[in-house]
Amino acid sequence: MEQYYGYFIYALSLLTMGGIYSVLALGLNVQWGFTGLFNAGIAGFFAVGAYTQALLTTPIYRDHLGGYNWPIPLAMLAAMVLSAVVAYAVAKICIRLRSDYLAIATIGIAEIVRLIFKNEIWATNGPRGVSQIPKAFEGLPQPWNTLAFLGMVLTIVALIYLALERARTAPWGRVMTAIRENETAAAAAGKNIEGFRLESFVIGSALMGLGGALMAQYLKQIDPNVSDPLTATFLVFVMLIVGGSANNRGAVLGAMLMWTVWSSTEILTSRLPDEFAIRSAYVRVFLIGLILQFILQKRPQGILPETRPKPNPRHRGDNSPVKNSGRTTE
Amino acid sequence: MSAMLELDAVSAGYGETEILHGINLHVDRGEIVVIVGPNGAGKSTAMKAVFGLLNIIAGEIRLAGEAITNTPPREVVMKGVAYVPQSANVFVSLTVEENLEMGAYVSAENPAARIEEIFELFPPLREKRRQPAGSLSGGQRQMVAMSKALMLHPKILLLDEPTAGLSPKYRGEIFQIVQNINAAGATILMVEQNAKQALNIAHRGYVLVDGENRHTGTGQALIADQEVARMFLGATAERPA
Amino acid sequence: MMEFLNFYLVPGVVLGCIYALGAIGISLTFGILRFSNFAHGDTMTLGVYITLSLVQVSGLHPLAVAPVAMLLTTGLVLGMDLAFFKPFRKSPTIMLVIASFGLMLMIRSMIQFFWGVQLHALRIGIEKMAFFGPFAILPRHIMIVGAAVVLMMAVHLMLTRTKIGKAMRATSDNPELAALTGIDTELVIRATWAMGASLAVAAGVFLGLDTHVETMMGFKLLLPMFAAAILGGIGRPYGAVAGGLVIGIVEELSSYPWIGETPLLSPGYKAGVAFAIMVAMLIWKPQGLFRGRQF
Repeated sequence: MEQYYGYFIYALSLLTMGGIYSVLALGLNVQWGFTGLFNAGIAGFFAVGAYTQALLTTPIYRDHLGGYNWPIPLAMLAAMVLSAVVAYAVAKICIRLRSDYLAIATIGIAEIVRLIFKNEIWATNGPRGVSQIPKAFEGLPQPWNTLAFLGMVLTIVALIYLALERARTAPWGRVMTAIRENETAAAAAGKNIEGFRLESFVIGSALMGLGGALMAQYLKQIDPNVSDPLTATFLVFVMLIVGGSANNRGAVLGAMLMWTVWSSTEILTSRLPDEFAIRSAYVRVFLIGLILQFILQKRPQGILPETRPKPNPRHRGDNSPVKNSGRTTE
Repeated sequence: MSAMLELDAVSAGYGETEILHGINLHVDRGEIVVIVGPNGAGKSTAMKAVFGLLNIIAGEIRLAGEAITNTPPREVVMKGVAYVPQSANVFVSLTVEENLEMGAYVSAENPAARIEEIFELFPPLREKRRQPAGSLSGGQRQMVAMSKALMLHPKILLLDEPTAGLSPKYRGEIFQIVQNINAAGATILMVEQNAKQALNIAHRGYVLVDGENRHTGTGQALIADQEVARMFLGATAERPA
Repeated sequence: MMEFLNFYLVPGVVLGCIYALGAIGISLTFGILRFSNFAHGDTMTLGVYITLSLVQVSGLHPLAVAPVAMLLTTGLVLGMDLAFFKPFRKSPTIMLVIASFGLMLMIRSMIQFFWGVQLHALRIGIEKMAFFGPFAILPRHIMIVGAAVVLMMAVHLMLTRTKIGKAMRATSDNPELAALTGIDTELVIRATWAMGASLAVAAGVFLGLDTHVETMMGFKLLLPMFAAAILGGIGRPYGAVAGGLVIGIVEELSSYPWIGETPLLSPGYKAGVAFAIMVAMLIWKPQGLFRGRQF
């Protein structure tokens, strides 16, 4: 009985982490999948959100900012807003640049953010990080606290999913697709390309901040190297590309799937003798990288192909079904 | 004697889109042949087809009897076809001399001697040999582009609108140069917008419209032809005949 | 004044040389392969670790085994090109960038797997400062700058005097025309990888000699190298040299107490200097100081 309970709790943790990564993947989908913006600095926006959540909700502590005692939902909102602000600043500068320049700039931003959190020790306790972060529902007894938290995460995922699906089929989403696939035509039609891209980048980053806030609560502690930033960024990209870019369901599927792969391989390799167990983390990263290369070459559209916004039959008086097409490379 | 270059019922285009619909043309050794036609007629496309830059949907292209349909550009060069595109036809950051050296890339021989010969054909380039090609005037750049293509004594030289964007003074010079090169033994296929001047120096010409053959004949015959004249020999932005 | 020269300017030049060598590779890859290679930093790390192993096995000086390391690294890089980049020759640039992003982590994880994550020293022993009048310079700094200059001259000679070098410049200038001219673009690409990888190995070995060897060293250099390449005009290897030196010097000088007693910029933020310069360039003059490729 004990064993099954253990599996049950593990399954809950898989779903929770998968859910948090789904939020990140959905955020990246807005930027990359729908708008074609390569954000290599996911970890930075994630960290901004995580630290905002942490510093606003933790009680007074000698070595970092604290004692503001904000309610958790409000802190999560603040996390989104702050990430959005940073994203706006970055995007304003870089949005006009070609995709690889944006990638370099965003990696740079993630590094700067990490340095700030590491160096401004008075605020963040530097490398030692912030701990004892209040977590939603933690007052409840086991397993209800875990279930409630999971419920919250999944609800958030569902809300984001619905909102993004709505946006995708709305004129906003269709303009995005137009910009991504034929920028010159969209510009000729008078669309403000930069403005749309800016919006997309900011919205996506806000979601990443939210993901960070959720993770901060779940882990109850964070530090500047929270889960090796580059690996986390990379993981989210792989999740999205494997699951299916430009497809919200693909984002969620990819997140759940790849997190399960990532986590279960960790369990498996931790059973190995010590010297192998330590090094196994590196093999896992390598394998994830290999999966990415394979998908990029053989099935770049991912598991679930892109869903194109269908024209609304009610508006057009047109009942013909519109087929989904595979993602076209830009 | 088979022609130097033959396009035999060639249909070609970009991907699925067909631009040339079964065109026929040939160039005999030692000729200057000109392709003229309205914009979008497929003139440049015909040239790119020879060079393996497009998808050949149907038909065959032969060089001195040997089929070169859909052969990649590098191999076509090695077989003796040289192509001068309309624009961006020199390496602007390389010197004139280096451009010529690149023209001889596929050969392992030392290009120095040939470069001297080229300077005989194009004297103004000699004093500019160490200048970056990008610093030359449009007409001189065109000279570099053509001489680069001549480095390896090509069997046939393809020129894509060599006088495009040039002042009238340089235009005349270029046409004179084309004749000089031809006199020195080169076979030339040329696409031109300045139809009358081009047909004037050509042995034969083809008129393409909408990707199809419309007229063919000697240069002079085409100039005299009423319909060709009406089409565009007087109606272009060029100075009247 | 002496303190300024010896402890700030000279290290700045040394760092600048290291950045410059790495940035040349990035510039060349960008000009000829048309993408920003995120795996360049970890290629550097790979080269250093190979050098480390060669040193451990042979007992020779790192500079003596470096050429062998360059050959081995080049071989591995060519293999990576074949497996991961060649399929995307005709695809949009972003596919190459993503592939290089993945490759970056794959290379690093393999290094961590085979060599572990502890620090290593490339050369054991204490070094004494050499004194030239008022100057006090570490011999290894003289060696690094000297070797870097030699390498840069070798690059210059290769690009201007050899057929393949000219073909590389031509391909960078206009790849379509290069193909039309009959230039063997695959050979040019292989030469580019070889040159870039070898220079990266050199840069990495110099850094390893100056500091130590650890698995993140190449990645930490990635941002400054990109910044250097952008500063000099991306696609322009000579500009990359200038860019590298500027960034290296500015970075070291940023922690000098220009005003008062404390460093102008807290040393913890040194890594941010390159980024700040890069952002400034991207806003003000994205094509670089020397008018590189119009992107």
